Amino acid sequence: MNFDYTDEQNAIRDSLSKWAQQQYDFDKRREALKSEDAWKTNWATFAELGLLMAPLPEEYGGLGGGPLDVSVVAEEFGKALVVEPYVPTVVIGAGALKYAGSAAQKEEHLNAIAGGERIIAFAQAEPKSRWALNDVSTTAKKDGAGYVLNGQKAVVIGAPQADHLLVTARTSGGQRDAKGISLFLVSKSAKGVTTRDYPTMDDTRAAEVYFENVSVGAEALLGAADGALPVIERIVDEANAAYNHEAVGCMRMMTDLTREYAKTRQQFGKPIATFQVLQHRMVDMFMAAEESYSMALRATIKLGESDEERAKAVSAAKVSIGKHSRFVGQAAVQIHGGMGVTDEMRVGHYFKRTTMLDATFGNVDYHLRRFTALNQKSAA
Amino acid sequence: MDLNFSPEEIAFRNEVRAFIDENYPKRLKGKVLREDLSKEDFLAWHKILGKKGWSAPAWPKEYGGTGWTATQRYIWLEENARGETIPPLPFGISMVGPVIYTFGTPEQKQRHLPGILSGEVWWAQGYSEPGAGSDLASLKTRAVREGDHYIINGQKTWTTLGQHADWGFFLVRTDTSAKAQEGISFLLIDMKSPGVTVRPIKLLDGGYEVNDVFLENVKVPVDQRIYEENKGWTCAKFLLAHERAGIAGVARSKRNVERLKSIAKAEIGDDGKPLIEDDEFQRKLSELEIDLSALEMTELRTLAREQAGKGPGPESSLLKIKGTEIQQRLTELTLEAVGNYAQPYPRGLGGNEFAVGPDYSSAAAPVYFNWRKASIYGGSNEIQRNIIAKMVLGL
Repeated sequence: MNFDYTDEQNAIRDSLSKWAQQQYDFDKRREALKSEDAWKTNWATFAELGLLMAPLPEEYGGLGGGPLDVSVVAEEFGKALVVEPYVPTVVIGAGALKYAGSAAQKEEHLNAIAGGERIIAFAQAEPKSRWALNDVSTTAKKDGAGYVLNGQKAVVIGAPQADHLLVTARTSGGQRDAKGISLFLVSKSAKGVTTRDYPTMDDTRAAEVYFENVSVGAEALLGAADGALPVIERIVDEANAAYNHEAVGCMRMMTDLTREYAKTRQQFGKPIATFQVLQHRMVDMFMAAEESYSMALRATIKLGESDEERAKAVSAAKVSIGKHSRFVGQAAVQIHGGMGVTDEMRVGHYFKRTTMLDATFGNVDYHLRRFTALNQKSAA
Repeated sequence: MDLNFSPEEIAFRNEVRAFIDENYPKRLKGKVLREDLSKEDFLAWHKILGKKGWSAPAWPKEYGGTGWTATQRYIWLEENARGETIPPLPFGISMVGPVIYTFGTPEQKQRHLPGILSGEVWWAQGYSEPGAGSDLASLKTRAVREGDHYIINGQKTWTTLGQHADWGFFLVRTDTSAKAQEGISFLLIDMKSPGVTVRPIKLLDGGYEVNDVFLENVKVPVDQRIYEENKGWTCAKFLLAHERAGIAGVARSKRNVERLKSIAKAEIGDDGKPLIEDDEFQRKLSELEIDLSALEMTELRTLAREQAGKGPGPESSLLKIKGTEIQQRLTELTLEAVGNYAQPYPRGLGGNEFAVGPDYSSAAAPVYFNWRKASIYGGSNEIQRNIIAKMVLGL
């Protein structure tokens, strides 16, 4: 048993944290958010630093790393509040290609992802699907060798920056059937694809995506038709594992920022950090962040186990981190007092980011139900 | 990063599992309430382990420890929980023993360590006083030097199982003019000394787990003082840090989750289905299991740090807080699971000769009441938060 990161993982952490300090500090980030194209520079840097290729297979331009490499990146991204669509592209998009793609599809797309030339957004949720991965109304009808797609996808993170969309669509069965779902990798510039772009609560960019008689060739289908749900569950678990680490990065920042603020902020003639009621709340924040890290790490390490063990570990971590991050975020804002609710202070932005993450691919209640169901299944 | 056990660790696990299966007294398996146990019951496993050389896994090898790695010690605790053993009491092995081998003279080590290891000598703790609980340093029990003796006067309390004790370790005030922490000394006292009176205190569970200890002109040889005069606080802090390290009780809690599940399978919920299928109950059980996973992983991280030579830091306070919260939630949920047969309470009359309801039902309420102690002892959870605030967060 050991908990050591490899030299490569430590190197990723160091270079990323240096970059964030120099190029992605809070003011620079704020400026960049106002610009339409600043993310492109950042994306090119990610490619240069090897972050995009880190977890990809070596035969397709990657470095052959795994979820732990991603977790290191995600934690630093959390600390720096990075809004570029890293997880949708590198974890979800590349994951779908790895698990379901043909050699030709991998060759074409994974190399492009590794080089920073392909950005993928996951067009999965729908206006009425909430977080149920099996609830798919968007249709893909067989048309000669190819398919025709119709439907609407909701809150597609990173779609404004993406050049390709990974789409879940129903090729057979009813709206909530587990069987009958397929995955397509579609160019965003395909005829009939339209998007309505908007920012989300945490300054990430997303879009509603509409498919109107979008014709795609057979090469757009990833894996077998009708049988994509297990792959979707797997890549969503992997995405959640990465997002968990991002939330941990945010929580660590919130505890640090709050502690520093409480040490300098004076009331009643002394620093508010001397008040026991605030000390204990900050201790609870510290413990929440530590336990969150434990759970994030546990889930990441278990990603390679059986489908059931993987799903249980990820759901357990989502429950734990969802609750902890809500507590840490609210407490951080509270201890900052009035300053905590201003846009000017960084702390509130971490709170917004963790609030966003909690509602990404299932909130606490969703994952508590999933964990319980899996638990009962394994007990039976 | 790798959380799997190595082949050597798996071989070790099999070895200790087999040893426990073969050597643990069957009649004592799964006993959960201390008042059901005699002095001999408490010491049975300790004595078997003493003969095997396994009674003090955390001690340095030169003093009788096993030389096991942190991972092996973790496996050892897991296997003992699995075998539902009564672990050796902490007062000798985990508390005074480490103080003696760290601060004691060669003569003191030679005199006391063998009895601690073998389980021949029962130790008790004399720390708290009626007026000194969380504020331990305000203790008033007085030790006045007279030639080569101290004369002790005062009262200690919450002395766990002191009614069986042969020896006790006490914090006493040797200098009343110094700052609170600087006038305290650490003494070993033979409980059979004239002037020592032990009075059991009845607790909510109906049992007598703790005691008042009255000290009236008790004569203690100076060579029974550990470390320097007025430096006892150093030993006290050292001991409390050691006590906290093992306090998370993860392995035992995991076992108790399994017990709880078997109860919930046997009990029928309000809708006529097994309680284990009840949504509300399941939700609480899942949350408990998830929080226990978080604690376990955090403890493993701490063990890994320890293995790397970094020692249990003030973060061990986190393990104490979270570990005891989970222990208490488990007793609470078990009480809920048992339903109305948790209500009969023959122990309140001082007896436990008959059980009303299923076997598992009679212990649920006393265990629930008893375990309220966990967030209070070893430095209350509020004190643990003070420690983290000061030592970890620098507030």
